Amino acid sequence: MVVELKLREHSDVETEQLATGCEAIAEAIRLADVDVMAAYPIRPYDGVMQAAAKLIANGKMDVEYIVADGEHSQFEIVKHACAVGSRVFVGSSGVGWFYAFEAIAVTAGLRLPVVAICGNRALDDPGAFGTEHNDSLAVRDLGWLLPWAETAQEALDLALMAWRVAEDKRVSLPIAIGLDGAFLTHSQHIVKIPTQEAVNRFLPKFDLGDRLLHPDNPITIAPQVDQDWLMEIRRQNDHAMRQALGVIREAHADFKKIFGRGGDSPFLDEYMTDDAEVVVIGQGTLSLPMKVAIRRLRKEGHKIGLVRLKWFRPFPTEEVVKTLSRFKAVGVIDRDYSFGSPFYGGVLYNEIRSALYSQQKRPVIVGFIAGLGGREIEQPMATEIFEKTEAAAKAGPSAGDTCHWIGVRE
Amino acid sequence: MAEQDKSISIEVVYRGIFQKTLAQRICRSVVLAARKDGHTGTAFARYGDSPERNGVPAKQFAVVAADEIELEASMAKYEPAVVDVSIAVDDTLVKGVESWAWYGRQPIWKPVRANGWLLVTSEKTPDAVLAQTDKAERPYTLGIVPGGASFAGLWVFKDDHTDYRILGALAKILPQWISLENAKAATNELAKGNESAIASVQAGYDSTAMRPVRIGEGTSGHEVLQFKKPGWTTMRPGIIVEARKPGERNPYYKKYGARTMRPVVNFDTCIKCTMCWLDCPDECFEVTPEGHYEVVYSACIGCGICAQVCPVKDCIVMVDELKFTDNVDKWQMWKQDKPAYNAWFEKMSGVSAAPPPKAARATDAGAAASGGDE
Repeated sequence: MVVELKLREHSDVETEQLATGCEAIAEAIRLADVDVMAAYPIRPYDGVMQAAAKLIANGKMDVEYIVADGEHSQFEIVKHACAVGSRVFVGSSGVGWFYAFEAIAVTAGLRLPVVAICGNRALDDPGAFGTEHNDSLAVRDLGWLLPWAETAQEALDLALMAWRVAEDKRVSLPIAIGLDGAFLTHSQHIVKIPTQEAVNRFLPKFDLGDRLLHPDNPITIAPQVDQDWLMEIRRQNDHAMRQALGVIREAHADFKKIFGRGGDSPFLDEYMTDDAEVVVIGQGTLSLPMKVAIRRLRKEGHKIGLVRLKWFRPFPTEEVVKTLSRFKAVGVIDRDYSFGSPFYGGVLYNEIRSALYSQQKRPVIVGFIAGLGGREIEQPMATEIFEKTEAAAKAGPSAGDTCHWIGVRE
Repeated sequence: MAEQDKSISIEVVYRGIFQKTLAQRICRSVVLAARKDGHTGTAFARYGDSPERNGVPAKQFAVVAADEIELEASMAKYEPAVVDVSIAVDDTLVKGVESWAWYGRQPIWKPVRANGWLLVTSEKTPDAVLAQTDKAERPYTLGIVPGGASFAGLWVFKDDHTDYRILGALAKILPQWISLENAKAATNELAKGNESAIASVQAGYDSTAMRPVRIGEGTSGHEVLQFKKPGWTTMRPGIIVEARKPGERNPYYKKYGARTMRPVVNFDTCIKCTMCWLDCPDECFEVTPEGHYEVVYSACIGCGICAQVCPVKDCIVMVDELKFTDNVDKWQMWKQDKPAYNAWFEKMSGVSAAPPPKAARATDAGAAASGGDE
């Protein structure tokens, strides 16, 4: 029996919804006309599962929704679906993401443009639900593009960007959007839902071209290779990641033109930096308490600002160097850890220091580890971060060779 | 300009799982109604409460602000430390809130600002509810939204309009944020044009009884339960949790705050069969020297399994938690003065303490004993 699916109700005007980050992502899945999505429950990713299932049940979305028997299968399903030309969506969180790790690695190796979210969650043990970025960051070396969203609106916008960038032939790499568990995935905000017509103008149909795995295009993929082949293959991935920066710039410019959102730079979001002497930089939702702190401390005369990094991979080195070298000191806030790393700093701290190393004029760069396991960065902690960064500006470069744990009980 | 003119924070204290959807719907309706007045807002749950355990108090929040800047300012702490309105959707919650996250027991009004509101859904009078609420340290207004606790499940929702009545009550106390007209307009959208839902908004607006509470009013009869979390230098490495010694109860997390009803025991009709002791999922029965089973109320979550498995009619009876003003175990009372205890048992449970006729008991026992033989 052929069941006729109810056609999607397209709205020809931009609408407004009270939506969680997960629900905003489900709307993006609908608007992008995704063919296959795979699901396996783990909080906070399961919020997307529920929201997408509801859209399907209500007849608003038509997508092959496959519930897998575990995260590894979940990522394998979309990898294969993508190889045969389907636009796909997948995601997980925390240790679920790690259970899929082998599939995650091969997806990037095969240059398949899978779009995922990683609902950032602390890694077990101990069991914890709150946000930490180590799950996303674990794939940073593999060829996955890694943007981070600040708001539910940006989650939707970044998802639309993600299919466009990932599926661009110059890139053809998977993307995992980082969404802070709870703060973003599970809190409801007012989100603008774009029209289908506008999305269609922004997002072309997915076309794998001559890489499509199909009987009409007889190819095989993923053979065993040896030392005679592998370096060239890795170099291709490296090249694709280099190309991605330009593709993101193009997509961002188009996005702004069509939807009127997205900020000045695709990579960095600056807040009150024009006359700032000292800034902090971080990713995701931590910008909220930091912005409130900046407004408060500026009234007391502190010349401080915030730079939010929107894409961690590809790392926008040129933009980061150009922006951060304007300041006397930079405090890097990591919602992650990298035990035993240089100066025992977080991942972002060491990446930013590395990017600025050869600059003649470079700021003092001091590290902060804060907000692990979903702990809130409260105003006294934000104040402490700015005070320590200002003190480092006065003390000079060596003051940066240290990483402070903020808001931890001694 | 006072803080409450720039933004307003509302919390819903609910019973885990049973009222999760209810709490979500209340918070959503607050933001959507305020949005119709041109305000912006956000709604979210306290993430640390999850997965909510059955009956364990949990919280959801709605924050509404004049604009994005004010919303950000009030969101700078994800879980508001101070709220303008706290809504308890079950009146037994006024005995205090002990969440799954080991925060100790907190008075229900703890985050409510001076001259804020505590709304409680209840079929009792404001004075009866206040008598079980911790002694006020700040003045506030207690509002009783008439109605019982709307208990459902994780995937089901009891659509008895509790959410709409509460929105109506909020329109009464916060007209500058939620006008009655917009509460009805938002409800019209949420309830897809159901006119009785709009009538429920009006009912909540009209029938919520307000009772100003002065400092010092309320009870000091509830246990103080605070837990100081250790630091990283004093914790054992390796994520170790100490086992309790035999007979010792967890001093940090008591969980009796999950209770909406408590079991009372008729020791005279108890046949010492061990069923309650055996089936209690929280091991809260202690064996007395005579072999009776006594409920340790500080460990009992009021799940009712003991009353279900007890083979003797009316030997264990579940009773509304708000009828009790203490948490004292009862076997000593029975031991010292049996008639007085039985009078108390009858008053609380509403059933007779007298043993059933001998013949009936013999038949019951015979049926139970012969069950497996045939």
